[in-house]
Amino acid sequence: MPEMNLGQAVDRAIEDAMARDDSIVLIGEDAPMLRAPLLARFGADRILGAPISESAFFGAAAGAAMAGLRPVVELYMVDFIAVAFDAVLNHIAKLEGFSGGRWKVPMVIRAPSGGGYGDGGQHGQSLWGTLASIPGLTVVIASTPADAYGLMTTALAHDGPVVFMEPKLLSDNWLEFLGSGGRDTVSFDVPTEGAVGPVPDLPHATLFGKAAVRRDGSDVTIVSVAVGVHRALEAAEKLLPSNVSCEVIDLRSLRPLDIETIVESVRKTGRLLVVDEDYREFGLSGEMAAICLEAALSPRFARVCVEDTLPYARHLEDAALPNVDRIVEAVNLLVDV
Amino acid sequence: MELAGLYRQMLRARGYELAVEDLWHRGLIAGEMHLGTGEEAVAAGVVTLLGDGDGLALTHRCSPELVVRGVPIVSMLRELLGCEDGLCGGRGGHMHLFSKEHLAATSGIVGASLPTAAGFALANRRLRANKVAVAFTGTGAMNSGMALETLNLAAAWSLPLIVVCIDNGWAITTSSEAVTGGRHVERARAFGLRADSVDGTDVRVVHKAAGKLIDFARRGKGPTFLLASCPRLDGHFLGDPLLRMARQPMAEGRSTFAKVISSAATRGGGGLKDRAGGMTRMMSVMARARRGPVRDGRGDPMLAARKAMKRHQSERDRIESEVATEIESAVEIALADFGGSADA
Repeated sequence: MPEMNLGQAVDRAIEDAMARDDSIVLIGEDAPMLRAPLLARFGADRILGAPISESAFFGAAAGAAMAGLRPVVELYMVDFIAVAFDAVLNHIAKLEGFSGGRWKVPMVIRAPSGGGYGDGGQHGQSLWGTLASIPGLTVVIASTPADAYGLMTTALAHDGPVVFMEPKLLSDNWLEFLGSGGRDTVSFDVPTEGAVGPVPDLPHATLFGKAAVRRDGSDVTIVSVAVGVHRALEAAEKLLPSNVSCEVIDLRSLRPLDIETIVESVRKTGRLLVVDEDYREFGLSGEMAAICLEAALSPRFARVCVEDTLPYARHLEDAALPNVDRIVEAVNLLVDV
Repeated sequence: MELAGLYRQMLRARGYELAVEDLWHRGLIAGEMHLGTGEEAVAAGVVTLLGDGDGLALTHRCSPELVVRGVPIVSMLRELLGCEDGLCGGRGGHMHLFSKEHLAATSGIVGASLPTAAGFALANRRLRANKVAVAFTGTGAMNSGMALETLNLAAAWSLPLIVVCIDNGWAITTSSEAVTGGRHVERARAFGLRADSVDGTDVRVVHKAAGKLIDFARRGKGPTFLLASCPRLDGHFLGDPLLRMARQPMAEGRSTFAKVISSAATRGGGGLKDRAGGMTRMMSVMARARRGPVRDGRGDPMLAARKAMKRHQSERDRIESEVATEIESAVEIALADFGGSADA
C-alpha cells in the first residue's frame, strides 16, 4: 500500500479520475501554479486558472456540469464559498430538484477547511454544518489519506454536486503554504495518523453515507469529523486509565448521514459527546441530538464545538478549537453521575 | 504635502514591514503575512490626503496604509504578536485590523474593501460634511462581482468614494492580465467614474493625481478611480512558494519540478500539444516571478524617493535616523514582555 499525505491523496484521486474520464476539468484561482503537475499532463483546456471571481466561476461550473462536463472547482479555503454562495445554495443544490430529477449537476467543490495555524476567523472556518443543511448537496470530509483518496474518487463518479472538505491541518501542502511558509520557527499540533498514512489499492472508493468506527468503546460515544476525530481518539486514550471506555465515530459524510451507526452506538453507551470544529449552534451537534431523540433515545449529551468567531492569536485559537483537554473534561462530566 | 513629509511616511511604512518580516521569520507571528513592500509611494501619496472623518477600507495587504494613516504601530505589532492588548485584542490578526477612531477597516476577503468603503462614503455624505472614503484594492480583486457592483453603486448613488487600485501585475500567483478582460481605467470610466492612472512608484505623482480625485469626490461630484502601478517586492505573502521556487530553483523547486516532469511523462491524459502548452505556461509564470523587481533594486519606490531627496541631504539623514529610531523603539516596546520567547 502506498504511503501518502492527505493532500497528495486528494491530488492523486483527481489525477487518476482525470485520466479515466475526459469530461473532468479543474477550475480554480491559481490552478496552473497549484496544480502544475496536472497542467503538464492534461493541458490548459482541462486545468483552468480562474480570475478572483468566485460567483462567476462557481455559476459557470454549474452550467458546464449541466451541459456535459464534470468540473472540480477549487477554493483556497471553504470560507471563500461565501462569495459564491448564491451559485451553491440557489443553483448547484437545487437544479436536480427543480428539474424533477431530470437534470443533474455532477461537480465537485474542493474546499480546504478548518483552523489551527493562526490564520484568523475569515480563513479557518469549517462551515460543514451550514453546507450540509442544504438539500441537494452531498457533503463529505476526509480525516485520513485513505479516505481522502476514497471519498474524492467517489465524488468524481457521483452524479450530483459534492462538497469535498480537506482539513488544512491534516494537509501538509496547505499547512506549508498558508501556515509555515517555509519557516521552521513555527509548529502546529498535527495528528500524524490523519496527515500521513497508507492508501489501499488504487483506485479505491469510500462509500458516501458510511461512518467509520475508529475506536470501539462502551461508556461514551464520541461523534466527530476531520481533525476532531483525532483529538477524540487522543482523549479516549487519555481516559483509559480512569476506566472510561470511549467509542469514536468518524462520520466522514454528513449528507448523506449514517444514522444507523450513530444510533446503534448511542443505544449501547447511553452517552453522546459531539466534537465539532464547526460552530456549536444550529449545526452538526444539534443534529446528532435530534437523530437520537427521533430514534427514541435520550442519552446524556454534551458537545465540544467552536462557540465564537475564531480568534487569530494561536493560544486563543487553540482554546477555541475542540482540544483534547476540553474533550476529556466533557467526557468526565458525562460519566460522572 | 512636501516631499520630505511623504518620504518620512514611506520610510515608516517600509520600516514597519521589515520589522514585521523579521518577527514573522522568528515565528512570533502566525499564519499568512502579506507585506506591502513596494506600495509605499501609493500609500503615502494617497493616505496623507486623508484626515479625521475620512474612511479607509483596506485589503489583506494593509499595513503601509494603516501606518501612514497614523494607527499606532506598537498597537499593530502587539496585534500581530497575538497579544490581548493589541489593536484588536489579538483576535483579528494582520488581515483583520480595525481602528474605529480612524474609520479604517481591513478584510481578508478579496474585493470586500470596495463595498465597505462605499458604505463609509454613504454615511459620510449624511453625517460628515466634505468627508470621503477611500478603498484600496488590487487588479485581481477588480474581477470580483462585489468590486464591479460597487463601481456601479457608487456611480448610481454619486458617492464620495475613491477607489485606489494597485496594479502590481499579479492576482495571487497568476498574471493579473491573463485573467482580466479590458482595461481597468476604461472599465471605471464606463461605469461613469472619473478615472486616472499613475506611476505608483513616484510618490509626488501619486500625491498630485490622488489629490485631484479626492478633491473631486470631496466636492460631491461623484466617485473616482485611480490605477497605480507599483511592484510587489515580496510575493503574494512571505514564504510565497512561487517566489521561493523562482528565486531558489535548486533548493525550493526541485521536488515540484520533478513532479511536473514525471506527470508530463505519464501515460493517459492530454496530447503532446496540451502537455507542452502546460509546461510552457508554468515556466513562463516562473520566469515572470524571477524577473520581478527586488527590494532596493530598480523599481523599488524607496530608491526613487531617496534619490528625489538628495538635494535635501541633511534633512534626509535626519528623517531616516528619526524613523529608524521610531521603528526600533516600537518593536522594543511591543516585545517588552515577551521575555525568552522573543529570542526563540
